Amino acid sequence: MPFEYAPAPESRSVVNIKPQYGLFIDGDFVESSAGKFFPTINPASEETLSEVSHGDQDDVARAVAAARKAYDDVWSRMPGFERSKYVFRLARLLQERAREFAVLESLDNGKPIRESRDVDVPLAAAHFFYYAGWADKLEHAGFGPNPRPLGVAAQVIPWNFPLLMLAWKVAPALATGNTVVLKPAETTPLTALLFAELCQQADLPPGVVNIVTGDGSTGHHLVSSDGVDKVAFTGSTEVGRQIQRIVAGTDKRLTLELGGKGANIVFDDAPIDEVIEGIVNGIYFNQGHVCCAGSRLLLQESIFDEVTTRLKERLTRLRLGDPLDKNTDIGAINSAEQLRRIEQIAVSGDDEGAERWSSPCILPDRGFWYPPTLFTGVTQAHRIAREEIFGPVLSVLTFRTPDEAVEKANNTPYGLSAGVWTEKGSRILWMANRLRAGVVWANTFNKFDPASPFGGFGESGFGREGGVQGLLPYLRSEER
Amino acid sequence: MGSLRSDENRKRLAVNKTHKLFIAGAFPRSESGRSYEVFDSHHGFLANMAKASRKDARDAAVAARNAQRGWANATAYNRGQILYRMAELMEGRRSQFISEIRQCEGLNNHDAEVVVSASIDRLVWYAGWSDKLAQVIGNANAVAGPYFNFSLPEPTGVVATVAPESSSLLGLISVIAPTIVASNTIIVIASETRPVPAIALAEVIATSDVPAGVVNVLTGSPAEIMPWLASHADVNGIDLSGVADAQLAKELETEAAGTIKRIRRPSPDHDWFSDPGLGAIRSFLEIKTVWHPQGT
Amino acid sequence: MNLLIGDSYGASHLREVVRGLSGVDEVGATQRAAMLGTRSIKTSSKAWAIDLAISMVDLTTLEGMDTPHKVRAMCAKAMRPDPTDHTAPPVAAVCVYGDMVKVARHEVGTAVHVAAVATAFPSGRASLDVKLLDTTNAVDAGADEIDMVIDRGAYLAGDYKKVYDEIVAIKAKCGAAHLKVILETGELRTLDNVRGASWLAMLAGADFIKTSTGKVTPAATPPVTLVMLEAVRDFASATGKHVGVKAAGGIRSSKDAIKYLVLVNETVGDNWLTPQLFRFGASTLLNDLLMQRQRLGAGHYSGPDYVTID
Repeated sequence: MPFEYAPAPESRSVVNIKPQYGLFIDGDFVESSAGKFFPTINPASEETLSEVSHGDQDDVARAVAAARKAYDDVWSRMPGFERSKYVFRLARLLQERAREFAVLESLDNGKPIRESRDVDVPLAAAHFFYYAGWADKLEHAGFGPNPRPLGVAAQVIPWNFPLLMLAWKVAPALATGNTVVLKPAETTPLTALLFAELCQQADLPPGVVNIVTGDGSTGHHLVSSDGVDKVAFTGSTEVGRQIQRIVAGTDKRLTLELGGKGANIVFDDAPIDEVIEGIVNGIYFNQGHVCCAGSRLLLQESIFDEVTTRLKERLTRLRLGDPLDKNTDIGAINSAEQLRRIEQIAVSGDDEGAERWSSPCILPDRGFWYPPTLFTGVTQAHRIAREEIFGPVLSVLTFRTPDEAVEKANNTPYGLSAGVWTEKGSRILWMANRLRAGVVWANTFNKFDPASPFGGFGESGFGREGGVQGLLPYLRSEER
Repeated sequence: MGSLRSDENRKRLAVNKTHKLFIAGAFPRSESGRSYEVFDSHHGFLANMAKASRKDARDAAVAARNAQRGWANATAYNRGQILYRMAELMEGRRSQFISEIRQCEGLNNHDAEVVVSASIDRLVWYAGWSDKLAQVIGNANAVAGPYFNFSLPEPTGVVATVAPESSSLLGLISVIAPTIVASNTIIVIASETRPVPAIALAEVIATSDVPAGVVNVLTGSPAEIMPWLASHADVNGIDLSGVADAQLAKELETEAAGTIKRIRRPSPDHDWFSDPGLGAIRSFLEIKTVWHPQGT
Repeated sequence: MNLLIGDSYGASHLREVVRGLSGVDEVGATQRAAMLGTRSIKTSSKAWAIDLAISMVDLTTLEGMDTPHKVRAMCAKAMRPDPTDHTAPPVAAVCVYGDMVKVARHEVGTAVHVAAVATAFPSGRASLDVKLLDTTNAVDAGADEIDMVIDRGAYLAGDYKKVYDEIVAIKAKCGAAHLKVILETGELRTLDNVRGASWLAMLAGADFIKTSTGKVTPAATPPVTLVMLEAVRDFASATGKHVGVKAAGGIRSSKDAIKYLVLVNETVGDNWLTPQLFRFGASTLLNDLLMQRQRLGAGHYSGPDYVTID
């Protein structure tokens, strides 16, 4: 008899979404200069959650000026230890209001509450805790005796982990003594605006954190602003390229965390059941909206049949549906636009002769959904093996020898992540040494920690977030 | 032909040297067949230099790429030994370097000696870093879970560098050494007006144990060659130490964005005698982080 | 790989079987089990799961101080767990020492099964002759199920043949009784060993593989049970035979029991969600299941005075 799980939705009553939000500038929510708003919707239902201000060039200038003033007058002068305590406060408040953030994140983003509750929000809080402790210890970080902040940091973040990416950006910037102007993604502004309330609750000095919502044009104004000393961007390689061009020739320091086409490499001696979980976690976590996703599965040819058979069995058990249901594994695709993009690239897989298999799950009528999908018969020449899909679509390729696995894994302009699965220790280290990737997960995948540096090789960007290395992009030290 | 000794009193005609490029361990002429004249600080003729073309730059990029894996796979101890060997050979050619620095930088003997000594000492300083970078820049990370997690520095890959224009030896060493000690390979465009010490250094490199292609030296016009390297998809980083022209720097950085290259651009008035710190080394390092579960 | 159940295999073949199994990454397996533990089973699902769990309980007393009256009391409870609510299902079996089988059999009739621990339980440190006689006695006394323990020492020493042959020999003495093979995973320690021992037991003819005697800590844990469920799943696909799993020891709350049912459901599938293929070896668990059942029925929390002690 089938074991049906009754609906177990997390209560929405914990969040109080306002009908409209202003921009968060100089410690207050203010109206945008043009008074323009845009809707933010729940991608699982297409209902409008709220109206959010559209920041334009004037608004960006106001925010940058507020950040500059806060930097000059308060934040850069404050002893590290005092700064540290503010950042600790933010960390603790995030924990206190974790449920609220998790529900809001799932509503605005479409990700399963299990992930926002167990991954996004706790990790965001952990990031603030980690960097809070650095604020008064920077001279011990190995960047010289007197590392200084840069000034005002312009930070533009994506929609896949809205709060977590905010934490990755804001926590190290504040700990090192910089002030920030943050532009959240157009489709997921709500947790950033709730974080603005948290800054008020923490009595953070006005102007230290400013949040300007808007679209790509808002981000463009922000990174182009003459008043910023630092630009940090997470998003697509295409936009990263544009930003690097905008910053070219200026004295702004730049870090980019961009796209990826991560190889998840499985040898025939790997722990098979954990491999299956690792593959699932690698590409279907967060609907595949993960820059470091293991989107290319490289299987040793001898285990191709066994792994693909087991994987398909496993995927049929994934539970797709209401992101707020505590038993949901796969939530909604973040936007109609992203859904179209996923569909387009997947169709190229069909056209180029790869064999598509999708989990036979029932997609809800409203909202944006895509079933967990994998393609076999994929080669390095297929578009689906080269382009970042940013969706729950896995390309399965094969290899024969460790050399060939490395060669195929590295055969991409990207270099963000890679996975290696084998029970042979020496082979893991051999592979880890050769893979051109900023993060190598051996016998695991998609693990994150504030103490662990994250960032790419090649066109996956430069600079690291997390760990002691994550301080450097926000410090003026030694020579350039 | 009479006795060589018998010509003692006749004024001897000097053998003018035409300096060549240094690519993949060999000294080719520019494929373009072009050369240009360089002068000493008193505007007297000093030498003919090969004027590298975009194709020479392309060949240098291929050489640097081919050498990179092997250079990175050498032990750190070995790389340190090789850099130290370079310093030893420079020491043996001190007088040549001093004389060339005097000529092209217009320094007196004492000041030229100071430059050469500083250059050799800097190379020794960097040589010692090879097997310490992983310890100083890498680390084990205390993650909140049953994992062993460590971060190690790895080379960015192939770096194209415009050497400082005025500091023809110390500046040159100060851009080559940090790049190669971190296991990168380099294409360096020598000072356009003071390239002679760069070719002398290439001769040192050629006779030391530096594998072919690890250091490639081009002479000619950075403004002509560098855009090709800044846009080259198989170059991973650019070092604009020798680009004083802000407009050119901007153009090069814009080109470099095409493949998200790492960019280093110290201030044009940078004092190359100053303590270099780790900044230059960090510019062309990637941090790789490896996770592994700890379980039974 | 030749997989003829109960065949007389040589030591090298058995070693090949055990060593040919995929390794288990402990961290990954633990995380998978923990993730499944976050499933939220509410309302109608919870009511269904609680009744299913009750029907899977092997109500157990394995004490030196067991007496006929104690066993009778437990048997009464097994047949009618909630005297105030006859819709509560009976448990799957009572589980007793061999010398109490007759008492139990007499008490429960055919309403529930009688399981006997045998083979010098719990240590298993006796000669094969003693173990065989122990088994025969229990079967002759009317046991439907025999819970034997494997020779962990032999397993850890790499003597897989001894482990295997002993199970085959005991199975031969069981006759119609079902054989549950206790791996005592708390002593095997690694999940690789759990997987290896699971396969040896299944190949030797086990009808169930069981985690623990209950006398060693840790007893049943979600990761251990996960690995055993994976083993029965893979064994079924290799041989067609469905082997049951019994999680025994340390499972005390309804919440925990439901986590195990989720583990079964999402690892090997709902075919295994039956007392024929999944059991809980427990004593105190039953009352917590009953209190939760009362709470769902009445809409308020129950207390220990509203369920019976046995």
